Amino acid sequence: MKWDEFFVTGDPMIYGADVSIVLTMVGILFYLTKYKKWKWLWDEWLTTVDHKKLGIMYIVSAVLMLFRGGVDALLMRTQLAVPEAKFLDSQHYNEIFTTHGTIMIIFMAMPFLIGLINVVVPLQIGARDVAYPYLNAVSFWTFFIGAMLFNISFVIGGSPSAGWTSYMPLASNELSPGPGQNYYLLGLQIAGIGTLLTGINFLVTILKMRAPGMTLFRMPMFTWSSLVTMVIIIFAFPILTVALALMTFDRLFGSHFFTLQGAGMDMLWANLFWLWGHPEVYIVILPAFGMFSEIISTFSRKTLFGYKAMIWSMLLIAGYSFLVWVHHFFTMGSGALVNSVFSITTMAIGIPTGVKIFNWLFTMYRGKIQFTTPMLWSLGFIVNFVIGGVTGVMLAMAAADYQYHNTYFLVSHFHYVLIAGTVFACFAGLIYWYPKMFGYKLNERIGKWVFWIFTIGFNVCFFPQYFLGLDGMPRRVYTYSEESGWGPLNMVSTIGGFMMGIAFLVLVYNMYYSFRFAKRETTGDAWDGRTLEWSTPTAMPPFYNFAKIPEVTGLDHFWRQKQAGKVEKLTANELKPIHMPSNSGVPFIMASFFFVAGFGMVFDWMWMAIIGLVGVFGTLIYRSFEYDDGYYVSVEEIIETEKISK
Amino acid sequence: MANKTAANEHHGFPWKHLIGFVLSIVLTLFALWIALGTDLSLTWILIIIFGFAFLQAALQLLMFMHVTENSTKSNLTSRVQIGNILFAAFVAIVIVIGSVWVMAAGHAKHDKHNHAPKTENHENHGSHGGGSEHDSGEHGSHE
Ligand code: HEM
Ligand SMILES: [Cu+2]
Repeated sequence: MKWDEFFVTGDPMIYGADVSIVLTMVGILFYLTKYKKWKWLWDEWLTTVDHKKLGIMYIVSAVLMLFRGGVDALLMRTQLAVPEAKFLDSQHYNEIFTTHGTIMIIFMAMPFLIGLINVVVPLQIGARDVAYPYLNAVSFWTFFIGAMLFNISFVIGGSPSAGWTSYMPLASNELSPGPGQNYYLLGLQIAGIGTLLTGINFLVTILKMRAPGMTLFRMPMFTWSSLVTMVIIIFAFPILTVALALMTFDRLFGSHFFTLQGAGMDMLWANLFWLWGHPEVYIVILPAFGMFSEIISTFSRKTLFGYKAMIWSMLLIAGYSFLVWVHHFFTMGSGALVNSVFSITTMAIGIPTGVKIFNWLFTMYRGKIQFTTPMLWSLGFIVNFVIGGVTGVMLAMAAADYQYHNTYFLVSHFHYVLIAGTVFACFAGLIYWYPKMFGYKLNERIGKWVFWIFTIGFNVCFFPQYFLGLDGMPRRVYTYSEESGWGPLNMVSTIGGFMMGIAFLVLVYNMYYSFRFAKRETTGDAWDGRTLEWSTPTAMPPFYNFAKIPEVTGLDHFWRQKQAGKVEKLTANELKPIHMPSNSGVPFIMASFFFVAGFGMVFDWMWMAIIGLVGVFGTLIYRSFEYDDGYYVSVEEIIETEKISK
Repeated sequence: MANKTAANEHHGFPWKHLIGFVLSIVLTLFALWIALGTDLSLTWILIIIFGFAFLQAALQLLMFMHVTENSTKSNLTSRVQIGNILFAAFVAIVIVIGSVWVMAAGHAKHDKHNHAPKTENHENHGSHGGGSEHDSGEHGSHE
């Protein structure tokens, strides 16, 4: 391979990106060196196993990915604003919608939610860390490295361009030559390891590490939703792992699982992809439901209405989510019987979802509602998500779907559920738990501006797309003719897209503004909350979370303690030394070897892949022989940290 | 504080894991040899490698996954265990039977080039005669 094939060349925007990447790298290296931050970076972040810090790193990465995916989106909207625009050519447009979709789902939505789960769930169940803190670091670093591998594709080697669904035969060597599609396969494969480990880790954490007295039916709803999500992850992600591995074999080693030649079955890829893909959409929506439940209950000053109904509907969703995948390819033509069955299962899955909507409404009913920003996002969610759900049920009718499928109607449906569901939840959750993570709130006034600009922009952007879809505009086209008449609505849509972009910038400004000016929290209970994460005496919990593990007597334990006026004060004589896990640099090093292996496979440089894999196994073996039982935090240190007067 | 109790329960050399690991590799290599190195008929190859697959799954459950371990501490654990196994069986059945059904019905079966469509779809495009059993493995035989 020649160097001018190795680096992507020819497009001024790419050169601009090259320059800005190099400048950012140099800037970061300079800053770290000048202010002697290397050791701090290594000790505090790169080697940490603290669930709160890992959570923050997940969220920071997710916000960066939201920026990257958002830029992709605005590039696409610019190209589509007017008919026959010449801003992007077709190949470039294909690459952008592929990276946009993949990044938003795999590298933005999932890590954002997993980040919040990391920060919040151990605190909510009264634990000092997760069950496997070391594994948690492996999860984060494999996710991060997978994301980086995927992201460099646009300057080195070229990006994948077969869509986030990567259907065969389009994604085959014949129709998508070069390293682009390999980046998709390897990036997702490596990040997938992290996701699967997270699934196992939090399943065990929630089942095994709850504080005494916290039975399953006393767990906060966010913890419940995380538990169900982890179960879906554990059962759905292996399907993706296998499918990706088979396609990698097809592309790198000449096997014929999904190829047209050699009697491969191209549609089997679509089948396997959606067997994972539909559960995946529930993986990204259930934690969102959990967060809205917490927020709505907190700001309505009421216990969640229908707690048990919520749980049962989630369990039902978890089972159902494996029974509907064919609705993504009704048009494949599996016949009337198959399509009817999956049509019915798909409509049925709307029922438990509807149950939840009513639960939130009844939670608010007769509540003393406080219109804080997290609450605004939650209210916005209810209204907009219903539009997404209703159009989902329209798509579920197989016969009608032949009309809607792969048009902008579909595009609008999934943005209404993913943005109004998942993204609104990420914003709401971030704002709600921000004081837990950083010790101060984000500014509420600026936050309300963000909400309104974003929500209006969102509707301006996506509502017209339903009508474009009904009018026949297909998805994934890089341009359209003047005569089609789709110009005006597309222009409207683009304007809405840029409004969301502006709202994102205002949100980032709010982070800066609040960092500078926000009043620092003096207690751990920033919102007058109900669940255990708010019960820590300091705004940001110390690294061991709880000096003394709480004893739980019922749902909303902390709230009821406050109501009864008997929040326990910690005294020095009830403290015991705390056992904590040691930091380790191995997860980071292991992930770096994964990067080497992945990069080698992307370019089909097997020597490099082998070096990387040997490194991965080396770190695994090293870990197996490492005997480190952690360390104890002394009572004096706890007294010091908690500022208990003797 | 990561599960110190659990860590202390496992002492000595992990023979069980090593044996499980070696046997898994042996079974895989054996399956590879059956498929590539023998002239058995396709049906037999399939039967044998399926057999090996089930054996290997059982082996892993036994050697790595603590299936025989039952918790005396709480009955929550065993209920969770049973729920998990049932759900796993459900998902596995859905994936396998569901995929076979979906891929074999309607137009989709044109992916398998060797039998005529026999469901409600009429346009007879790409039927290459035949009409033998659905047997995705048959593709392995023609290059
Ligand atoms: C009321 C419940 C829902 C129903 C009935 C439903 C139904 C559907 C149907 C039938 C399709 C396929 C349409 C087509 O390809 O022609 C679809 C696509 C999609 N849905 Fe939903 N959906 C629901 C909720 C959700 C949720 C909660 C999410 C995610 C948060 C979601 C995300 C997606 C995505 C990403 C796609 C398109 C993927 C692609 O082709 O690229 N849906 N939905
Ligand atoms: Cu779906």
